[in-house]
Amino acid sequence: MEIASLVAQVQSFKAIAAGLLIGLASLGTAIGFGILGGKFVEGVARQPELSNLLMVRVLIMSALVDAFAVISIVMGLLLFFTNGPFVSYVLETAKQVS
Amino acid sequence: MSQLPGNYIEHHLEHLQLNLNTFTMGNGGFWTLNLDTFIVGLITALLIGGLFRYVAVNMTVGVPGCLQNFVEACIGFVDRTVRDTYHGKSQLIAPLALTLFLWIFLMNTLDLLPVDFIPSLMQMMGVQHFKIVPTADPNMTFSMSITVFCLILFYNFTVKGWHLGKEVLTKPFGPWLFPVNIFFRLLEELVKPFSLALRLFGNMFAGELIFVLIAMLPWWSQWLPGGIWAIFHILIITVQAFIFMMLTIVYLSMAHDSH
Repeated sequence: MEIASLVAQVQSFKAIAAGLLIGLASLGTAIGFGILGGKFVEGVARQPELSNLLMVRVLIMSALVDAFAVISIVMGLLLFFTNGPFVSYVLETAKQVS
Repeated sequence: MSQLPGNYIEHHLEHLQLNLNTFTMGNGGFWTLNLDTFIVGLITALLIGGLFRYVAVNMTVGVPGCLQNFVEACIGFVDRTVRDTYHGKSQLIAPLALTLFLWIFLMNTLDLLPVDFIPSLMQMMGVQHFKIVPTADPNMTFSMSITVFCLILFYNFTVKGWHLGKEVLTKPFGPWLFPVNIFFRLLEELVKPFSLALRLFGNMFAGELIFVLIAMLPWWSQWLPGGIWAIFHILIITVQAFIFMMLTIVYLSMAHDSH
């Protein structure tokens, strides 16, 4: 029973960590994309003939904005869906103690 | 799928590994070769090299065929991108950029194959683990970015010569703050291979993992999310290949420009 509560504790912290990883990363990219898209529209409104050039630049920048958020989200998903080392570590320690 | 979700995902994250100490299958710590990454990378490289070689040998000056048009469009696109950014006369940068772009693009495209298709095919032939996307392996992306890093160092030293020392000592804050300048410069250079490699790896790994997660849904509900993510992923693989090429060109032209 004690082991079950320990595992549950680890799992709950894992869930919180995954939520933070996914949520903060999405927040960052949301702000980044907002600024990026807003400036793009401003630039096109100012000089419509540059829209093709600006589109390429925006795509490049969007990949840069996306990249590290995606890494963070995947780490969150991995933490959420796979067993990972944490629980097995708790179980091994419990086995050694008992 | 009759396994637990955690086991299913972890099964998809394992590489086909060769232990280089004993030349047996399995993990050998540092001396491990990820055979699947190696083989798929080699096959895609040979495919591109062979295709371009074939087109170059059979080139006509008359009415070009479909294939020659495609290859010329690729080369023209990369050439234009290099010309826009880099204004020196290096013989290396444009071919390097073309190779990187096409190779990474082809390796990324393998992500669009169904996630269980190749692994289950390999399982029928007795191979337990097989990851089809080489760029979803950090070893692959880091090997490419470290090569680019070595080229950056090489051109910094050969093109700039003694100017490099002056640049490192005095660049953003003037000569009196030279320890800070050296520190900033070292940090700036060391971040380059990491950001190049981790960006590509992260995106491809994320794409693969999300395909795996979609594959765990019941079969009748996989079509919609799988289709949406695949269409979005076509954009990601192209843009990531382009970004890797673009940043390589930018870094190398920064290594050539002396101020």
